[in-house]
Amino acid sequence: MEREKVLADIQERFKADIVDFFDKSPARAYVEIKPSSLVKISSYIFKDLGARFGIASGLDARTQMEILYHFICEDINLVISLRVKLDKSKLEIDSLVPIFKAADWIEREIYEMLGINFKGHPDLRKFLLPEDWPKGVYPLRADYKEWDDKAIRDRGA
Amino acid sequence: MARTIIPIGPYHPLQEEPSFFTLTVEGERVVAVDVELGYNHRGIEKLSERKTFDQSTFLVERICGICSTSHPFAYTRAVEDIISLEVPQRAKYIRTIIAEGERIHSHLLWLGLAGHFLGYNTVYMWAWKLREEVLDAMEVLSGNRNNYAMFKPGGVRRDIKASDIPGVIKKIDSIIPTLVMLKKAVMDDPVLGARTKGIGILTKEDAINYAALGPTSRASGVARDVRKDCPYGAYDRVNWEMIVTQNGDVFDKLVVRVLETFESVKIIKHCLLNLPNGEIDAKIKNIPPGEGIGHIEAPRGEAFHYVRSDGTNRPVRHKMRAPTFMNLPTYKATVIGQTISDATIIFAAIDPCYSCTERMTVRNTKGKKLYNGEDLIRLSQEKTAKIKSKLGVK
Repeated sequence: MEREKVLADIQERFKADIVDFFDKSPARAYVEIKPSSLVKISSYIFKDLGARFGIASGLDARTQMEILYHFICEDINLVISLRVKLDKSKLEIDSLVPIFKAADWIEREIYEMLGINFKGHPDLRKFLLPEDWPKGVYPLRADYKEWDDKAIRDRGA
Repeated sequence: MARTIIPIGPYHPLQEEPSFFTLTVEGERVVAVDVELGYNHRGIEKLSERKTFDQSTFLVERICGICSTSHPFAYTRAVEDIISLEVPQRAKYIRTIIAEGERIHSHLLWLGLAGHFLGYNTVYMWAWKLREEVLDAMEVLSGNRNNYAMFKPGGVRRDIKASDIPGVIKKIDSIIPTLVMLKKAVMDDPVLGARTKGIGILTKEDAINYAALGPTSRASGVARDVRKDCPYGAYDRVNWEMIVTQNGDVFDKLVVRVLETFESVKIIKHCLLNLPNGEIDAKIKNIPPGEGIGHIEAPRGEAFHYVRSDGTNRPVRHKMRAPTFMNLPTYKATVIGQTISDATIIFAAIDPCYSCTERMTVRNTKGKKLYNGEDLIRLSQEKTAKIKSKLGVK
């Protein structure tokens, strides 16, 4: 399928789930979706379109949390980024591990760095941070503050 | 049968990604694997938010010492993607030359280590000697054997002098005869075949499911290469082959890397001989608010960077993903059912750091130390010796 057809097809198929659609450039498209539709759309892109799961990137956009799931469709040279916005009072989203194992580590990383819970993840535990890292401190959040003024690791640049 | 837990790790900062593996074995067979990361987590993503766009280029160069160009390459492409900028042709060619030089020396480094683990120290010595030639050529081009600092958002920082080109081509050409010899030595050797064929197979389904990248996936028949699929730099202007093999075992991963080295030589030579004239820098003034994605094929697979700008001179978010992040989990699928003496080479086959193999200890359930990392390499080398004597090879 060609690029335009693929994008038109996604828009048509998931009309009710798409919040915003941004066709940025020939090789990039950003699709904002409802968090509840993530599994449905990801599974379509991964299984039916045969795209590769690149990575997910979480970020604290101050008013809400955002996760972008980057899928790379090699056949048509297109990166489709699914954007979900999560309300800060309920930081929870469905895990993608049941669909593909590639999501395992990155979900653990986002869980640890931003404190977003992934429902249905089989093994959500400590990943990159030290063992003595306190609970409830998330280093990639916008309101993150040093919790140990003796620690060199928190001082940054 | 009694189960034995083998902790492997945690730390050897010689190459990238120190990690800690726990193998559970029954007798000789590995039955379960767990991986723990974070021993060298430096918080670079957080750090990058406090650097300017220009400074981050040098920061990400320090993610890895071996593929020090892949991260700046992916990062600068992500920044250029925010403003949909095409860098000048000459800069594209220079970027390609540096990236491919890096691929050659990275693959040779891996080949040497793989040879060492298998008890072929001659391969080790030859491959690393050959690597020196490539590093010398890179020093002529960039001023450094590694960490070339050639990249900046918008182009490259240093030009290639026309007077340097013949010397560099001569150097690159000089590795071909030895490379051919090495290729024959590793691909036709019956003992090496016996040690690597059918060992640690990653099936095509698993490669897709784990989203494995680079030579790890191409050895399993997944024909994906960012250089071909999403062309960047000068890759769409050079005639080169994507190397794909079907079996997914250690031998095929070895073959992919060795053959890719030849392709890289071809690409470098073409780019040096056809270097277009013109500017090397698009001179970016400021980065408007927006987001960009940059991905390139590093020696180990795709490096992926996501950058968001809010209009200031610093990124508000900079996500970076190294290829080993996706490749390492595949070894859960490849190492189970294999023997401990093969575990070393299966760890090494995805080309992570050799921290995993260098610092291994084998313990039984009471915590008594049975083997350490050196012993495991010795086990692997002894197995090769046994096969050699069985086949009557000296």
